[in-house]
Amino acid sequence: MGFLDRERTIAPPGFNRWLVPPAALAVHLCIGQAYATSVYKTALVKHFGASLTEVGVIFSIAIVMLGLSAAVMGTWVDRNGPRKAMFTSAMFWAGGFLIGALGIFSHQLWLVYLGYGVVGGIGLGIGYISPVSTLIKWFPDRPGLATGMAIMGFGGGALIASPVSQALLKAYDPNSGAQGWVASGDAVGKLFLTLAAVYLAYMLFGAFTVRVPADGWRPAGFDPAKVKAAKLVTTENVSAKNAIKTRQFWLVWVVLFCNVTAGIGILEQAAPMIQDFFRQSDGKSLVSAGVAAGFVGLLSIGNMAGRFTWSATSDVTGRKRIYMMYLGVGAVLYTVLAFAGSTATVLYVALAFVIISFYGGGFATVPAYLRDLFGTYQVGAIHGRLLTAWSAAGVAGPLIVNGILDAQGKPGKLTAVSYQPALLTMVALLVIGFIANLLVKPVDERFHERRPEAARNVHGGRK
Amino acid sequence: MSTTAPTPAAHEPVKRSTVRLVVAWVLVGIPLAYGVFQTLTQVTALFG
Repeated sequence: MGFLDRERTIAPPGFNRWLVPPAALAVHLCIGQAYATSVYKTALVKHFGASLTEVGVIFSIAIVMLGLSAAVMGTWVDRNGPRKAMFTSAMFWAGGFLIGALGIFSHQLWLVYLGYGVVGGIGLGIGYISPVSTLIKWFPDRPGLATGMAIMGFGGGALIASPVSQALLKAYDPNSGAQGWVASGDAVGKLFLTLAAVYLAYMLFGAFTVRVPADGWRPAGFDPAKVKAAKLVTTENVSAKNAIKTRQFWLVWVVLFCNVTAGIGILEQAAPMIQDFFRQSDGKSLVSAGVAAGFVGLLSIGNMAGRFTWSATSDVTGRKRIYMMYLGVGAVLYTVLAFAGSTATVLYVALAFVIISFYGGGFATVPAYLRDLFGTYQVGAIHGRLLTAWSAAGVAGPLIVNGILDAQGKPGKLTAVSYQPALLTMVALLVIGFIANLLVKPVDERFHERRPEAARNVHGGRK
Repeated sequence: MSTTAPTPAAHEPVKRSTVRLVVAWVLVGIPLAYGVFQTLTQVTALFG
């Protein structure tokens, strides 16, 4: 399939680079569905007669496969270009839904694990990193803005998938009007088939819209000399193989791990946590389940907005400074939340909103941070390897919070004080991340890729 | 200022590119706006 080759996707002169962000968004909006699985979780529990944990494993497998496939396939994605990567991702993602639907219709839970979890998870990983390197090359003047736009789509995907899935489940289930209605397995299977078709179409639109810039292309008026003025921004390149041998890679890994673990701590517990914070002495909470659901929605918007806003801001402030804010200010906000969050709902909501915006910002800014440190050569592959921090945090965050809360009491009986040990643990993690970020220095020259002497002299490199 | 009148053919690539750009952003913008709107309606319960 030669039409997918990188060489066939080189943009012609006059190509508008602003066509690349919607192509990237098309992919990320689709794979962002991964955060909307709660919509049909109860239906699958009932359909398979399984426990919540057994059904929850579907999502866990998908996230683990995301990290693994991004790490393993990163170099392949960089070598073969965004079109082939997006096309492959579309096949895996849609294929995952189709196999999952087969599992639902045939009452085989293992097929859902294999389909949505393994096959779909591979699609998630390849899709997540597929546009990153290309966007950075198209927007050397605003890499944070460009990657922020795409990665915002991953947050936005859940906002779209949740209401659409709910509406489709109602349409596919003739008993949807019944009291205490839970969607049938048949309806979830049909939902999976529909999502497979729609996501395939959208992702192929992205694959056939995306282009890579020709060698040496630069946006009008862009002066690379200005980029070099920032101390941490390199004009050299480091391969993915060498990047993981550097201290900088592992420091950024720790930064991402700490930031994500702390954010997940709130996200995982968002709805019960706000109710527990405002629980009165009679055991009843001032916050109803409906209001708590609204709070979860607000956090989703904070997560999405933070991805775009903070990542774009990092083009002005610099990557290291913005991570100092995510981690440093985040630690202060977590401390205020722990000790004063229960004094007023407005304060609690405002603190959580900003904290989650930092969580999203951490995800979206990291590709540009890697570009600054390691250059554009294999930034997609390096980003893929770094996403193992996300997988690790996805396991560590809920384990830490749930473990601590289990020791504090039973769900429904917890109060604001019960959350203090968990929140202060998150503060400690953020401080560790803050220190790791402070230690990030430019990558040693011995890791740089060699380039021809002539080019080296033109770029003012090492003589 | 250009002294020669531009032919319709000369405008075509730019026009096509602009239409493509608008279509691409609309295709991703509308679902995203719908998702944000739906979520905001849920959020109103928080301030109601």
